[in-house]
Amino acid sequence: MTLWLILAVNSVTLGGLLFLLSAGFSLIFGLMRIPNLTHGSMFMLGAYLGVTCIALGLGFWPAALLAGLGVALFGAVIERFVLRRLVGAELAQVLVTLGLSFMVADVCLMQWGGDPIAVETPPVLRGATAVFGLAFPTYRLAIILIAAVIAAALWLLIDRTRLGAMIRAAVDDPAMARVVGIRVSHLFTVVFALGAGLAGFAGVIGGPILSVYPGLDQDMLPLALVVVILGGTGRLLGSLVGSFVVGFLYNFGQALFPELAYVVLFLPMLVVLVLRPQGLFGRVTL
Amino acid sequence: MRRVALAIALALLATVPYWLGNSYYINVATQMLIYAVLALGLNVLVGYAGLVTLGHAGLFGVAAYAGATLLNAGHGQIVAAIGALLATLAATAMFAVLALRGTGLGFVMITVALGQIVWGIAYRWISLTNGDNGISIGTRPSPFGLSLVSADALYWATLVVFLIAVAAMAIFVASPFGAAVRGTRDQPRRMTALGYNVWLTRFLAFLFSGFWSGVAGLLYLYYNQFVSPQTVALSASAEALLMVIAGGTATLLGPIAGAVLVIVMKDIASAYIERWNFVLGAIFVVIVIFMPEGLVPGSVRLWRWAIGHLRTQPTPVADERA
Amino acid sequence: MSALELHDLSKAFGGLRVTSSVNLAVAPGERRLIIGPNGAGKTTLFNLITGELRADSGRIVLFGRDLIGVAARRRAHLGLARTYQIITLFPGETLARNVTLSLLGLSHLRWNPIVRLNARRDLLEKARETLARVGLDHLADRPVAQTSYGERRRVEIAMALAQHPKLLLLDEPFAGLSVEERRDVLALIGAIPRDVTIVMIEHDMDVALEFAERITVLHFGQVVVEGTRAEVVQHPRTREIYLGE
Repeated sequence: MTLWLILAVNSVTLGGLLFLLSAGFSLIFGLMRIPNLTHGSMFMLGAYLGVTCIALGLGFWPAALLAGLGVALFGAVIERFVLRRLVGAELAQVLVTLGLSFMVADVCLMQWGGDPIAVETPPVLRGATAVFGLAFPTYRLAIILIAAVIAAALWLLIDRTRLGAMIRAAVDDPAMARVVGIRVSHLFTVVFALGAGLAGFAGVIGGPILSVYPGLDQDMLPLALVVVILGGTGRLLGSLVGSFVVGFLYNFGQALFPELAYVVLFLPMLVVLVLRPQGLFGRVTL
Repeated sequence: MRRVALAIALALLATVPYWLGNSYYINVATQMLIYAVLALGLNVLVGYAGLVTLGHAGLFGVAAYAGATLLNAGHGQIVAAIGALLATLAATAMFAVLALRGTGLGFVMITVALGQIVWGIAYRWISLTNGDNGISIGTRPSPFGLSLVSADALYWATLVVFLIAVAAMAIFVASPFGAAVRGTRDQPRRMTALGYNVWLTRFLAFLFSGFWSGVAGLLYLYYNQFVSPQTVALSASAEALLMVIAGGTATLLGPIAGAVLVIVMKDIASAYIERWNFVLGAIFVVIVIFMPEGLVPGSVRLWRWAIGHLRTQPTPVADERA
Repeated sequence: MSALELHDLSKAFGGLRVTSSVNLAVAPGERRLIIGPNGAGKTTLFNLITGELRADSGRIVLFGRDLIGVAARRRAHLGLARTYQIITLFPGETLARNVTLSLLGLSHLRWNPIVRLNARRDLLEKARETLARVGLDHLADRPVAQTSYGERRRVEIAMALAQHPKLLLLDEPFAGLSVEERRDVLALIGAIPRDVTIVMIEHDMDVALEFAERITVLHFGQVVVEGTRAEVVQHPRTREIYLGE
């Protein structure tokens, strides 16, 4: 019983982390129709940047924010100078993001070396907290909280602000949005930067649990893909639900069928694909 | 003119071990042939059917893993080869049915996911695939009793398979079915209205493509005598795709040239430049932005433009396609 | 038996009813013209008939054969052919190859991965013959990219004729053509024998009226006027729709 409970909480934690990772991916795909294959590398880059910030003496949270900003800036540059040249050529954009992911991964390898780097849990959140009479690592509970806060913030942004309204309009009908005066190309840059920044921030947040190592990007990207295909693209709710489903599948799969962990993870995605190509909640068809 | 060029090319290819001498370079040549077969197979899907896939290393790997498993289980090489190709066809059929649920971007994303599943199985299902340690086969198989241990012998055996593959591709491209496949790339709506079964056409093209990728995978196993999860990683699929788009998708020469290019860069250049992945990524980016139709057509275009500026009459256009 | 019957055919996209209980009957060999303002649902009607769109309700009957449940790709085999408003030829190919692709659509040869397509003289002959019917056999080996718009419009028609259809749907075949070109295309269409029933969508009234025997007027997805050319031309509703209310 205890085992299941621990697994469950860990799953929710992983789900929270995945949400931070995939919300950005889902937004970018939903708005710009680009499956951003650089997303895993951005997660990893953020984690590495966070490591450096912490090594330079910054606290954990400032490091996370700074890393997020750094990756967001990087994302904005990519969008403005590379992706924008390829507007309309969706396939070219995918291939370019793939190429960029290799470049980023290699640069990280050059800069930070091949050994895994551990990230220390912020002092305030070390140790365990009692929940349901059991002790859980406090940090894991904190991630759930962070994910919830970000989810709420994103929802507010998209549902309640003008920027959000513009994003929603452009997702529904980019041509019409332009006619109404929405600067869609600026919006693209903002959204891409936002998605990238979220991924970078998530990289640091995930640091204490996953640590940082070469290949982290290759581990995270497929998870983001599964979440988005399962949950549907362009919808926050889809990312949320998808993230938790994947979190559970991954953890329980690992525990119950360690050798088939990947199959367990992807199988539901394939089932969804066959039965419902737009994902469980999606509005943009694959 | 083309026949002469072809004859010369064939002669050169057949005598490679003599004029290359060094067995290291002969092995590189063998690698080029193996990946040329992979690229040709991939081009059926990417170039002729217009379906870009980033999961083809998965199919390449299924053949290698299946072949290795069967050989190590004591089966003869014919059985192992047939078994490997059947396994590849089965995997290809599954890939195709799932990936064809999406179009364009959806197709790409699904193939990425499928390729990752194969990778995940190779990496985690340790009792089946030996995980990260990979599977090695003791010796190279000897088809028809001919030993493939020497670099020369392996090169010639690979050359034979390569030539068969090229012939098969040429026949396919020139056939009515080949024309239908290209038709579904250009005007799928109209093709349906004309009475074609677009889904089935794509499915069969996928099978043809997967089959040759499997052949390449088997050759790879014979060459390398080892297969590991790295063989089926996303970067491997990306490299294969790069070969196709670098060389150009509209001709048979394109994927071959692309394979040669990528292997040269990878094997030889990376001895001097350490950052292969960075270079791979950068080349992707550059080609996609500046020469979207690939290096071969792009260079041809540049060449024609240059020549055209030297003539007074316009250059003739519509050349025969390879 | 009619060539084409539509019974209470309806289609809606979200809240928008693009086709509203359309009833239509075209006799074999007839020359039917469908007109209506932009957005009246004319091309949608064609898309429903070819099966590209699935109707919400109603029936489509082609020479006595109910098309419900018949996949779009099978309808060509039942004698249905169409041209497109926007030219949809195969860009990298010659005119002869374009028409050959059309010929192959109904042939078992389309699954054959072995024989050389260029070696099939019979197909090449038929392709040239079809191009001759539209006056383009002298351009058979010309790539599409090197032909004029007017020539491409005629290739569109050749593509459809190649399959010897029983029912031919022409979607704005005169769009964008010069006065002379229109005359040529009109003559071309006029030369099509009576064993082919033709239904045409057109905007250009002059040429279209010369072609039409019977006319159906669509407005907001509904049939509002139908009858012989003379009847429809004089009908007050027709004038209303075209001159505005």
